[in-house]
Amino acid sequence: MTIELNARSTATDTVLEVDNLSVSFPTEDGLVKAVRGVSYTLRRGETLGIVGESGSGKSVTSLALMGLLPGSAKITGSARFRGEELLGKNDREMSKIRGKHLAMIFQDPLTSLNPVYPIGKQIAEAVLVHHDVSKRAAWERAVDLLKVVGIPFPEQRVNNYPHEMSGGMRQRVVIAIAMANNPEVMIADEPTTALDVTVQAQVLEALEAARTEIGAALVLITHDLGVIAGHADRVCVMYAGKLVESGTVDDIFYRPRMPYALGLLGSLPRVDEGRDARLTPIVGTPPSLLNLPPGCPFRPRCPLAQDICDEVEPDLVTVDAGGQHTAACHFSTQLVDTQATDVFAVTSVDVDTEEVAVADTDLVADTDLVADTDLIADTRPVADTRLAADTSEDAS
Amino acid sequence: MTIDTSKPAATGTVISARNLVKHFPVRSRGILRRRIGEVHAVCDVSFDIGATETLGLVGESGCGKSTTARLLLNLIRPTSGEIHYAGKDLAQLSRSQMRPLRRDLQIVFQDPFASLDPRMTVFEIIAEPLRIHGLFSGGGAAKVRELMSTVGLNSEHGNRYPHEFSGGQRQRIGIARALALRPKVLVLDEPVSALDVSIQAGVINLLEDLQHELGLSYLFVSHDLSVVRHIAHRVAVMYLGRIVETATVEDLFTKASHPYTQALISAIPLPDPRKERVRQRILLTGDVPSPVSPPSGCRFRTRCPKFAEQLSGPERELCINEVPALTDRGQGHRSACHYAEAVKLV
Ligand SMILES: Nc1ncnc2c1ncn2[C@@H]1O[C@H](COP(=O)(O)OP(=O)(O)OP(=O)(O)O)[C@@H](O)[C@H]1O
Ligand SMILES: Nc1ncnc2c1ncn2[C@@H]1O[C@H](COP(=O)(O)OP(=O)(O)OP(=O)(O)O)[C@@H](O)[C@H]1O
Ligand code: SF4
Ligand code: SF4
Ligand SMILES: [Mg+2]
Ligand SMILES: [Mg+2]
Repeated sequence: MTIELNARSTATDTVLEVDNLSVSFPTEDGLVKAVRGVSYTLRRGETLGIVGESGSGKSVTSLALMGLLPGSAKITGSARFRGEELLGKNDREMSKIRGKHLAMIFQDPLTSLNPVYPIGKQIAEAVLVHHDVSKRAAWERAVDLLKVVGIPFPEQRVNNYPHEMSGGMRQRVVIAIAMANNPEVMIADEPTTALDVTVQAQVLEALEAARTEIGAALVLITHDLGVIAGHADRVCVMYAGKLVESGTVDDIFYRPRMPYALGLLGSLPRVDEGRDARLTPIVGTPPSLLNLPPGCPFRPRCPLAQDICDEVEPDLVTVDAGGQHTAACHFSTQLVDTQATDVFAVTSVDVDTEEVAVADTDLVADTDLVADTDLIADTRPVADTRLAADTSEDAS
Repeated sequence: MTIDTSKPAATGTVISARNLVKHFPVRSRGILRRRIGEVHAVCDVSFDIGATETLGLVGESGCGKSTTARLLLNLIRPTSGEIHYAGKDLAQLSRSQMRPLRRDLQIVFQDPFASLDPRMTVFEIIAEPLRIHGLFSGGGAAKVRELMSTVGLNSEHGNRYPHEFSGGQRQRIGIARALALRPKVLVLDEPVSALDVSIQAGVINLLEDLQHELGLSYLFVSHDLSVVRHIAHRVAVMYLGRIVETATVEDLFTKASHPYTQALISAIPLPDPRKERVRQRILLTGDVPSPVSPPSGCRFRTRCPKFAEQLSGPERELCINEVPALTDRGQGHRSACHYAEAVKLV
């Protein structure tokens, strides 16, 4: 399922263009800047993965362009579907576009299904909303769609109610509904997060089959780098409401140029690696999106940070000759040919115990001893520990 | 690196489960709540855990992992079976006989947000088990501060409340509390499942370090096989209440011989695009059957790709009629499949 990404892609190939999208929420405590100047393009038929820590703005970015945020949200920038601006459309205009051109799949299938109707009726209804066909034809289409997403015995299952199906089945029904009108773009927000791994594999297969069948482009939001590696052509990494790196899936996994992306890879336990490989966590927590301090948002957790990182937030700039790979870091050139273990320490200490341990062969060995702060005393003191406390409040 | 975490410094067995069975009653709705059936949550489960050893218990939602974990600590009573610890069968002990042993056997739960009392300071949360066991007087405060730094928390933050900490920090508080009584056995029920990967890694490292420093035995319950591969020395795979395969971590991931284990391993997404592009997946069909009426013979047969695609009619008879015993079938480890065959998947 690899799709060749080449420079021949022309403007007409772009189905979705998000430009400098920002979203903030006024709250009692102040303005929460959930998304800050996100730009990306989605080409016909491709899968764009969006990864990032909890609260990094992945969902809000997508909800904004689907017109699904609460009225209190302040949205600026632009999101164009085939050149047509989506932001600022009223509810009626948006609901015409949703389903027909842009379809959304959420983590919990029950939010998208009506408990009192059989699933066949719900799929058929989705077909009928945008197509002038007979009820019978819509019902037959429902059975076909269930087959595409891999539901066994679709002729019988079509009469089931949502509560008669397992979670993985329901999610496949939601995918069938999303496919009903051959949308050009599907946005799946953590579609498999709540599912068991064997069921996840089935649902991802269904999503892939759906995408191929209707030739749709897919935005796949997930925190699981394994899912991204297997299903995305290009990847956007989000941190504190911003894109901090983007590129082809190989760029991000084999040549990351922003410390956060590199750190994520180093944090991952891998099923294809033995027990002796130790992990390099990213210490600390993401910053609060209320009153974000100036400078690089990753600074309190970054072992490479210098003074400039406190003052100037780095722009997302091209880091390769082809112009496909971008990263937001003042020192991204330092990451050429580095491994996570070159930058991050094998540590078991949390940032609250004063400092970020910088990787360095001696330190890596020393931090094996639990929480012996003297051993890592040579390292740089970390920014205000209140940061950590703030974000935990935010998360709860 | 001073410690080789890849090998267990295993000396004899610390705790063992023998033929554990747990049935939960299923009752009818209404006032009478008659008993109309039983959930076969755990069925004939046996295992040993040594000192400084981690046994990973894996399997999908509802397969009986948490029930097994609670049985091991005698937090719930088994329908039948034994738990051997310190020369005693815990299943036979009364509450008061159990009390002195409680100190040795501790548990850490998945949800760091729900498992800590929001009205208590972190100091009090960690001190509580010491107070309960009358061990606080005489240096208790110093002990709590030491525990906090052992789990990588700032010991000056003892007067803060749980909501002031991040998820990873709260899980560390849970671990400090579990360590307060200097246990020998720690049951970890999905201890890192709620955490973002960047934060999860630090807690995994902490658990590895603590095991080596304190010689702890871990039962590590998880649905995440990548985490288990990383932290466990041996692994037991559960399906519908039974252990279907058990092996050293290396054997399990390179020579899985039960069709369920194979499907499980092949379904894990690898964070490696090149490997993912060439990977073959074994996709299971159908849903997990109800544990109220599990299939006869091999419980996996309704979803087993080998049963459906490779076996002949007479061969299938065995799967339908006979429960496959968990024994070594020539792969060097135990597998509960009549037709076990080792396959390398990653
Ligand atoms: N309606 C709202 N009002 C105020 N703040 C909000 C609202 N919706 C989202 N936020 C905040 O916006 C930020 C980004 O949230 P978002 O849901 O996009 O994160 P995410 O990356 O999808 O995280 P997760 O992985 O947990 O789903 C968070 O800090 C969140 O608390
Ligand atoms: N107190 C109880 N009463 C009745 N049934 C129960 C009880 N506790 C667990 N069960 C059932 O026993 C089976 C095993 O549950 P258990 O919680 O041990 O699974 P698990 O493997 O830990 O699942 P998960 O990964 O979802 O935590 C399930 O079918 C569950 O519904
Ligand atoms: S800009 Fe500075 S703080 Fe930010 S990621 Fe780069 S080196 Fe780290
Ligand atoms: S015993 Fe039969 S049904 Fe069970 S796993 Fe083996 S082949 Fe499949
Ligand atoms: Mg989200
Ligand atoms: Mg459980």
